[in-house]
Amino acid sequence: MLIGIPRESKQGETLVAATAKTVTQLTNLGYDVIVESGAGDHADQPDTAFAEAGVRVGTTQEVWAADVVVKVNAPTDEEIGRLRKGATVISMMAPGRSPELIERLQAQGVTALAMDAVPRISRAQSMDVLSSMANVAGYRAVVESAHEFGRMFTGQVTAAGKIPPARVFVVGAGVAGLAAIGAASAMGAVVRAFDVRPEVAEQVESMGAQFVHVEMEQEVSSDGYAKEMTEAQVAATAAMYDEEARAADIVITTALIPGRPAPSLLTAETVAGMRNGSVIVDMAAANGGNAAGTVADQRVVTANGVTILGYTDLAGRLAAQTSQLYGTNIVNLLKLLTPEKDGNLGLDFEDVVQRGITVVRDGQSTWPPPAVQVSAAPAAPVAAAPAKEPKAPMSAGAKVGWVLGAIGVFWLVNALAPTDELRRHFTVLMLSIVIGYYVIGKVAHALHTPLMSVTNAISGVVVVGALVQIATDDTLVLVLSAVAILLASINVFGGFAVTRRMLAMFSKGA
Amino acid sequence: MDITSITGAAYIVAALLFILSLAGLSKHESARNGLTFGIVGMAVALVATVAAVIDVSEFLDDRAVVIVLMLVAIAVGGAIGLWRAKLVEMTGMPELIALLHSFVGLAAVAIGWNGHILGSHESMDSLVNIHEAEVAIGIFIGAVTFTGSIVANLKLSAKMKSAPLMLPGKNFINIGSLVVFVILTAIYVSLDTHDNTSADILLGVLTLLALALGWHLVASIGGGDMPVVVSMLNSYSGWAAAASGFLLGNDLLIVTGALVGSSGAYLSYIMCKAMNRSFISVIAGGFGIEAPAGADKDYGEHREIQADAVAELLAGASSVVITPGYGMAVAQAQYPVADLTAKLRAKGIDVRFGIHPVAGRLPGHMNVLLAEAKLPYDIVLEMDEINDDFPDTDVVLVIGANDTVNPAASEDPTSPIAGMPVLEVWNARDVIVFKRSMAAGYAGVQNPLFFRDNSQMLFGDAKDKVEEIVHHLN
Repeated sequence: MLIGIPRESKQGETLVAATAKTVTQLTNLGYDVIVESGAGDHADQPDTAFAEAGVRVGTTQEVWAADVVVKVNAPTDEEIGRLRKGATVISMMAPGRSPELIERLQAQGVTALAMDAVPRISRAQSMDVLSSMANVAGYRAVVESAHEFGRMFTGQVTAAGKIPPARVFVVGAGVAGLAAIGAASAMGAVVRAFDVRPEVAEQVESMGAQFVHVEMEQEVSSDGYAKEMTEAQVAATAAMYDEEARAADIVITTALIPGRPAPSLLTAETVAGMRNGSVIVDMAAANGGNAAGTVADQRVVTANGVTILGYTDLAGRLAAQTSQLYGTNIVNLLKLLTPEKDGNLGLDFEDVVQRGITVVRDGQSTWPPPAVQVSAAPAAPVAAAPAKEPKAPMSAGAKVGWVLGAIGVFWLVNALAPTDELRRHFTVLMLSIVIGYYVIGKVAHALHTPLMSVTNAISGVVVVGALVQIATDDTLVLVLSAVAILLASINVFGGFAVTRRMLAMFSKGA
Repeated sequence: MDITSITGAAYIVAALLFILSLAGLSKHESARNGLTFGIVGMAVALVATVAAVIDVSEFLDDRAVVIVLMLVAIAVGGAIGLWRAKLVEMTGMPELIALLHSFVGLAAVAIGWNGHILGSHESMDSLVNIHEAEVAIGIFIGAVTFTGSIVANLKLSAKMKSAPLMLPGKNFINIGSLVVFVILTAIYVSLDTHDNTSADILLGVLTLLALALGWHLVASIGGGDMPVVVSMLNSYSGWAAAASGFLLGNDLLIVTGALVGSSGAYLSYIMCKAMNRSFISVIAGGFGIEAPAGADKDYGEHREIQADAVAELLAGASSVVITPGYGMAVAQAQYPVADLTAKLRAKGIDVRFGIHPVAGRLPGHMNVLLAEAKLPYDIVLEMDEINDDFPDTDVVLVIGANDTVNPAASEDPTSPIAGMPVLEVWNARDVIVFKRSMAAGYAGVQNPLFFRDNSQMLFGDAKDKVEEIVHHLN
């Protein structure tokens, strides 16, 4: 089948849906590829690069006549009109918010796959264009802010005085937020970050930032996330935003709520309270923005000298990189759709990924798809329960019962023991069992093997028994004892020697 | 103060030193002191006993023979022990330890038979009975330990098929053997005299029964569960020593045997919990492996990767976790792995190791191998310590591990290993699996990890492949 890569018609779009590298991968899947002349000009992918990769460079008409058209932005009405009946179009479509687009695609009798509807399951990560773009955008947000910021990011002590490190505050620790944290801390800034999901604190810290905890009553924080925020929480969080923003040189906000306008986090007072020369990059600008005063796609400077960047094309500003990632996501999708690698695209609705991205199939709307179990992990324990009865942990009462029972048996044995000597032996046995249990209690896992070989050596103490018996005139006993001594000695000496060898190897690193 | 009281006192000292030894061995910092305590304790016990024997034997006709034989036996045994300990490869440690357990078992059997031949020193009838019961129990535990350990050794050294032996009604065989043992013991104890042939035969049958039971118990356990078995046999060997102690009225043997027995049992219990196995079914030798469910399920296709690409991936990573398994031991790859680790750490890449509690064929097996290759133990982490870190990890190298990284354990409730805690390597960005082929792991379960989109397979001998990666990193 023929794949067409058209030039993006959207004003100012820099991206392209394939690069010279990814078209090669597409041809390896058995497809023929045609790229519209000039499609990759802004993404460092000139026509010559595509030609070198062995694919055809053609006109708009030729490209749109292909069996499969792959692009970045949703096709316009005019573009949809150029599609052949029965063709497939793959792009980002925001299908949830564009019912009229779905209608147009239906009317044209095509199949439409929305790259931005890939279910967020681990298997589909390699096709998740939103993650790819958010990652680039997060990085670019830092670069843009550094460009606006009148100082350095990294702290230095120079002959001309001390340079304090820039202080960056990142709101929202999704893919974009984490990428921003990584980029900013790599540039040497002191990074602090916040997210309403306290469980991402670890990820934040792993990227080199400090997680800002909102201080409030204990009971609130324990169940705060799942429910609506209480009034006290809202107030505490707002106070934290205000405080952190005022202390920061650069604030990067990435807070989005799916299907709703972006939450307003930085109030006009907060922005007014920020230092002259501070920079806010509002990555939620397309959805209304997190900061007061954000204008989508604009650079705004407030009265007190705070620069607010509302760029919505951050990913597009790194066109070569983003196109490469987008193109690879496309290749991964087509790999899934072309299991035979014969250049024939097929849709399997049994597969949640393929079902999830299909918006229109042969002129029939298939939107919205059935809900996908986004993460398999939480569901598994529930499903496991009926299959394998989880063993209930022993209750405290049962434990006490067992221990008392064992002690009772011990008492019975001792009471029934015919001689004092036997009684004494039992006493020694019981006490030793208890000691053995406690002594081992907190053994480090790594020491299991040395411990076992030492207990093995120690159990060679059975040699003492054989030694006691060897003092005899009975030849058979003499021989048996000698054999037992020999075997047990191997154990004693071998066990200790081996343990010594092992322990000598364990060393602590610098 | 005569020789008996001196030995008695020495035994108490030895017992205390053994307790200190075990206590010391449970922490890295004190492990070496623990070993010293153990050696000193054993030396005290040996010297005291030898002295006592020399003292007692003065009434014997051929005193010289006894003393020479005794010393020669100790010397030869000691020499063999030291020789084996020096030669053994760290990868062969499980086999050696299993073999050593069998010696304790056999020694206990010999002591039991001696007790039978010598007869009771007691004059009262009721005490004779107790002596006979002690003989029977001592021989039984010893013999089970002996053959059980031999089977474990054979399975671990791959001289015997590791698949579990599935005799029909195996639980019946085990329980039936126990019942027969009790009956035989009762008959043996109730015999009027014990120095005749029928008593010998009876005890001989009992010994054979115990040997067979030990064989069957361990043979019905699959090779993948051997770590627990070795630890369980360790416990059995302790009980065998304790039983000998009862037979001889020797407190040192009782104390030491009980120490080893209970600590070994507790260790097995910890491991059973780590594998989500029932402790009772392990000590009863009952847990075989269920038939793998849905073996013909289609998991999709795996992707292959080459060593140079792995090197590139590693060079670009900031955090790497290595999860080794038995395959690393088999391939003797610990040295190249250590090399690789040093190279990556020199580049400022955070390298850590994630060790599953039952990786390898012996608890702590991987730690020993990594320590042998001089890897600092503070970057070698346990499963629970590292599992939460996988989502932030760039690259995970799975070297010769399979079942311990199988996502089916947590995601597929029908899987035979369902519920077993595993290393959640699939949460990392990239997973590289070193493997010789696409064969299933020890548990015989297919591993969906290999077919994940973020996993890539590197086929070949782990040692060669790691060396190649190191080479490409230069």
